[in-house]
Amino acid sequence: MAKKFKTYNLPDNVEEHLKPEHINESDVILDVRGLTKFFPIKKGFFKKEVGNVRAVDHVNFFLREGETLGMVGESGCGKTTASRTVIRLYEATDGAAYFKSDVLSSNSEPVIVNIMDLDNEDMKKIRKEMSMVFQDPINSLNPRMSVYDIVAEPLVIHGQVNNKKNEQIVTSLLERVGLRASYMRRYPHEFSGGQRQRIGIARALALNPKIIFCDEPVSALDVSIQAQTLNLLKDLQADFNLSYVFVAHDLSVVQHISDRVAVMYVGKVAEVADSDELYNNPLHPYTEALLSSVPKPDPKYESHRIHMQGEVADPSNPPSGCYFHPRCQYAEEVCKVETPEYRELKHDHFVSCHRAEELQLRGV
Amino acid sequence: MKQPLIEIKDLHVQFEVRDGIVKAIQGASFKIMRGQTTGIIGESGCGKSITAKAIMQMVPKPGKITQGEILYHYRDKRNPGQEDIVNITKLDPDGPRIRRIRGGEIGMIFQEPMSSLTPVYSTGQQIGESLKLHRMIPKKVGDQMDAAIMEYRHVTKEEAREIGIDMLRKVGLPKPQERIDSYPHQLSGGQRQRVMIAIALSCEPMMLIADEPTTALDVSIEAQILDLMRELQEREDMAIMFITHNLGVVAEMAEDIIVMYMGKQVERASALNVFYEAKHPYTKALLESIPHVGKRDRERLASIKGMVPSPFELPPGCVFHPRCPAFMPGKCDVIEPSWQEVQDDHWVSCLLYEEV
Repeated sequence: MAKKFKTYNLPDNVEEHLKPEHINESDVILDVRGLTKFFPIKKGFFKKEVGNVRAVDHVNFFLREGETLGMVGESGCGKTTASRTVIRLYEATDGAAYFKSDVLSSNSEPVIVNIMDLDNEDMKKIRKEMSMVFQDPINSLNPRMSVYDIVAEPLVIHGQVNNKKNEQIVTSLLERVGLRASYMRRYPHEFSGGQRQRIGIARALALNPKIIFCDEPVSALDVSIQAQTLNLLKDLQADFNLSYVFVAHDLSVVQHISDRVAVMYVGKVAEVADSDELYNNPLHPYTEALLSSVPKPDPKYESHRIHMQGEVADPSNPPSGCYFHPRCQYAEEVCKVETPEYRELKHDHFVSCHRAEELQLRGV
Repeated sequence: MKQPLIEIKDLHVQFEVRDGIVKAIQGASFKIMRGQTTGIIGESGCGKSITAKAIMQMVPKPGKITQGEILYHYRDKRNPGQEDIVNITKLDPDGPRIRRIRGGEIGMIFQEPMSSLTPVYSTGQQIGESLKLHRMIPKKVGDQMDAAIMEYRHVTKEEAREIGIDMLRKVGLPKPQERIDSYPHQLSGGQRQRVMIAIALSCEPMMLIADEPTTALDVSIEAQILDLMRELQEREDMAIMFITHNLGVVAEMAEDIIVMYMGKQVERASALNVFYEAKHPYTKALLESIPHVGKRDRERLASIKGMVPSPFELPPGCVFHPRCPAFMPGKCDVIEPSWQEVQDDHWVSCLLYEEV
């Protein structure tokens, strides 16, 4: 029976903020526009909605083929929620994510789809092209499944149940991530943290994805193991032409692995730029303050630390205007009233700050 | 000028478990000076936290201190000229002397701010507990010639609350009058860690043991906590033993650094020497394996090959030899390196610096 394909056309009657902007560029494979995720706060007997936690609030970013986009920010800034909403582990409140998909295409040309519009059947197919590596290598592996079962599970879910063939695939995957294939029948508790993270990476690779969302993949590991894992991720990227969305809070790790970096603050993207550009010439005061807080492994280094006043804003009750203004040392009247526009100030350098043009900020 | 507060001599700690004996610490010897910060770095399982717990006589069961001594140079605050030397390893772990030291003379901050506070007591009650046990307030009971006769008494509930609010203000918690009645779940991670610090410092300890105090926190909060600890150290002339695996933090905080690997100290020197003239291959490898912010090269990170060995089967000779880039066959896997001074106050345990 000839397979019937649904046709996908880019919608032209969408609201202004959801219009695709970068996906038509040849090397862009994911274009996220106006992504929003609010978690309702329910109270009382009738579970009446009394407010929202604005976890991700109109976020725009895009991802090029074979590149790593780092996402940094303090805990609770929505970096994990943003990446999970893109692959619809959470349903988005609003927004669009345009993706160039091979599996949904009826010919050899990839087709551009809006992930948020897909039905269940197509969503399952497209998940082959997007996988995830989780933070906690202990809790993200089922203790009652052997390594073989864990790594082969995505294959089985997608209908590939030939044990012999799966065994070959698992063997080559395990060897690729630096584990012995003879470990296949062992269980997760028999491995160290770094090895478990390798199992997680092998599982993510099983279906030949195009994008891997890495949610803090190295923050639970020791420094020497962290270096091994980062090197492995880089090698795999080169071999399989993978694109990574790399969520982490360690700014030096993010700089090392990323081509571009997005800085998030209370559900919004404060700044996106090429990683060298961002670390050397930040345009957003929040980026500057974050960079100044990183302890440098050099006892001779004189710190120019900027003290941010107070605490991170509450995402269920954010301040007016620019969310960062109560902690910003450059804040003016306009920052308290108006939400800054997210704009491309230099080539490939996006920022949302009223005073980005005039401020001279310090990098590292 | 520098006077030792804690002197650890050839300390051994072992855990006897069903699968064998784990030698958690094998011969640690170092000093912690008054008013100084000593950093201890190493990967998980290297014995950093157990060293700290041994100082407090809190080695968890079935662990035992099998050898060595921990000398504590005790000075009474009321009579600072006199110095008593207490051997902590000889103290009864449930006795009155060690209970005065724990929390009173030596304060401790734990790694997990989420789980080290009791959820059922308010901040004020938790600070008050250590105050009631340890803090003494002088009271003038009479005059004899020109010297006042002083008596010391425990603080009352009201005073404990006053001191608690004052401590919370010192550690930079906003609205301390309200926060003293909050429960841990009402505070954020950074705030909870500040409460932990307030508890540890409320009894004006001679020394603070900080076991990974900022690991669970964001960089911005981390920066605030580090600044706070330094400020308090200057004000109170307190010694800090800073345990971490974050080399950036230790570079910023510590004057002296001890590097540990698999229960052994492999190198000890001033922070400058460790970062600029590291001698031990393990220290060098650690320093190279971290990405530096600002200095970015597209190259791979230098990683240490292999994995930390199982604590039941430690390799013979030097414990680091299976992973060491400077491995010398026939020497490193046979001879155990000794602890020696290779430069002025720069100690290392490696056969590269030994004639064998």
